[in-house]
Amino acid sequence: MGLPDGMKGRVAVQGLVKRFGPVRAVDHVSLEVSSGEFLALLGPSGSGKTTILMSIAGFEFPDDGRILIGGEDVTWSPPNKRNLGMVFQRYTLFPHMSVLENIAFPLKMRGVGRAEREERARAALRTVRLGQMGERMPSQLSGGQQQRVAMARAIVYQPRVLLMDEPLSALDKNLREEMQIEIKHLQREIGITVIFVTHDQTEALTMADRVAVLDHGRLQQIGVPRELYEKPETGFVAGFIGETNFCEGTLQRAAMPGDPVSVTLDNGGRMEAVAAQALSAGERIKVALRPERLRVEPGGTDGMAARVSEAIYAGNATTLLLEADDGQVLRARIPAGAGLHEPRPGEAVRLSWQRADARAFMAGS
Amino acid sequence: MSQRPPRFLLGGRRYSPAASLLLAAPFLLLVAVVFVLPLATLLHESLFVPGPTMAHYARAFDEPVYLRVMLRTVRIAVFVTVLALLLAWPLAWVMSRSRGLGLALLAAAVLLPLWTSVLVRTYAWMVLLQRNGVVNQLLERAGLIDEPMRLLYTEGAVVLAMAHVLLPFMVLPIYSALKGIPEDYTRAAQMLGASAWATFREVIWPLALPGVTSGCLMVFLLALGFFVTPALVGGPQQMMIATLVSQQVREMLDWPFAGALVGILLGFVLVLTLVFKRAVRLDRFVGSA
Repeated sequence: MGLPDGMKGRVAVQGLVKRFGPVRAVDHVSLEVSSGEFLALLGPSGSGKTTILMSIAGFEFPDDGRILIGGEDVTWSPPNKRNLGMVFQRYTLFPHMSVLENIAFPLKMRGVGRAEREERARAALRTVRLGQMGERMPSQLSGGQQQRVAMARAIVYQPRVLLMDEPLSALDKNLREEMQIEIKHLQREIGITVIFVTHDQTEALTMADRVAVLDHGRLQQIGVPRELYEKPETGFVAGFIGETNFCEGTLQRAAMPGDPVSVTLDNGGRMEAVAAQALSAGERIKVALRPERLRVEPGGTDGMAARVSEAIYAGNATTLLLEADDGQVLRARIPAGAGLHEPRPGEAVRLSWQRADARAFMAGS
Repeated sequence: MSQRPPRFLLGGRRYSPAASLLLAAPFLLLVAVVFVLPLATLLHESLFVPGPTMAHYARAFDEPVYLRVMLRTVRIAVFVTVLALLLAWPLAWVMSRSRGLGLALLAAAVLLPLWTSVLVRTYAWMVLLQRNGVVNQLLERAGLIDEPMRLLYTEGAVVLAMAHVLLPFMVLPIYSALKGIPEDYTRAAQMLGASAWATFREVIWPLALPGVTSGCLMVFLLALGFFVTPALVGGPQQMMIATLVSQQVREMLDWPFAGALVGILLGFVLVLTLVFKRAVRLDRFVGSA
């Protein structure tokens, strides 16, 4: 291809629609991934993230929209013509081939000679730090080792893009965290574009340069991890990523994103917040507030009155379960070692927050 | 109170050797009385009647009539196996990729004949293949032939009918082997650049091979000793070894020679089974990068 290197691994999904019967599994999703970028597709099951990945891979054909890889329209090409790498959720090493034969398989399919095949397979195996395992059969490897071999097999032919479909979900927690960092390092080292599907928000935030959050087939928000956490644009994103308190109420006047608003809570109180999206007057509104952004002070007259019902100590922080006067339950988190007041259960406190930390959404979003 | 290990249960679901033997005893006894004993008697007669002799075995190989029957038996069994494999593979493949009602219907199509008497199925083939049978009538009406062809009592008819009768024994092992290959393997192979043909050659076929081998072995061995179908669908020109044995026993009353024929068939089957097993096991370790 005559494209410069910086274009080769670029992926564009344009207006993708995929229906399964009456259900829209993917509903007009558009997103772009630049060459060498690590993008996570994050969402609960049924959000359409896997369908998008399978459409990029070529195992699903969309009802509408296009998929471009390196500027080339591949919407209708079969998977074996797309030159992509993929690591699957379940272990897919071929059980009748040794580790080395597995890694050499894609090279064999590309007509690479036997000697070069073996050399490149061995090099790929060293990249995933399993240099001594080449002669083993897949069944003799642990789950983590198998996924590393699967990775070596997916990158040995230098594909334009590496697709990963929840590759760590079958591993236990410690190994998973170790592998997250390892995959991230490997991706930087070889500079490959990665599209990584996961339902685990921590995994997405840890590994990805950018995260696309999906729900019910719709793209909710795409951005760097910090944006998603600190400036969620829909109520779903605010609730799905990290912990959030939601307070419900109504609004007198319509507002545009970024406008300061004053929400009338159901108990009659008022809450100062910022509109995170376009809000219409008279509709149900919910305000999202992160537990660690709540200031908890003993006594005083400012802010919302509440009573501590439980204090849960977790080493690096203490989580407070609070009951406001109207019965609303809120969570607050007080970091350890910052010298902040840690109230006891039963204590009456006052809650306050910065206006910018309270983000108002339409209740249905 | 002293603790005594239980006599039969070794713990969990494992039984002691004594218990295992006891549980298997009724079956073993039956096999010994109705299978091993008569077979041993027959083989004994073939070697020791009238005195210790190899004459009965020599006769089987010396006389061209008998040699022809044996060669024909092997040839028909080979054709039956190949035809059954060709018919069974696509069917097993579709079954392994179906679910629900489709799978139930296909499974019924495979299993129902298995539950029907071989005799009934063979008579059905006779009805189809006879001189004024369904096949000849159709061909005539279509204008493909002017007068009825001779279909029944040919080797082709024997192969076709036997392949049909034995088909389930080919379909089921291949189906279970294919069923055990996750679809993810096919996807992974395609992703790695394999065409449909390469995926079949490099992944599906090697993984299904144990099922294919056991299906072929089963059909081939059953075909070697098949009696009813070749006797009814084939004529005297298509006589197979089982019919020959029956003839020797019932018409010639030559038990020693019948015993020799049985001994030859048995020896052939044993050797073949061992060779096949060895071949399959070796296949797991052979492979190229």
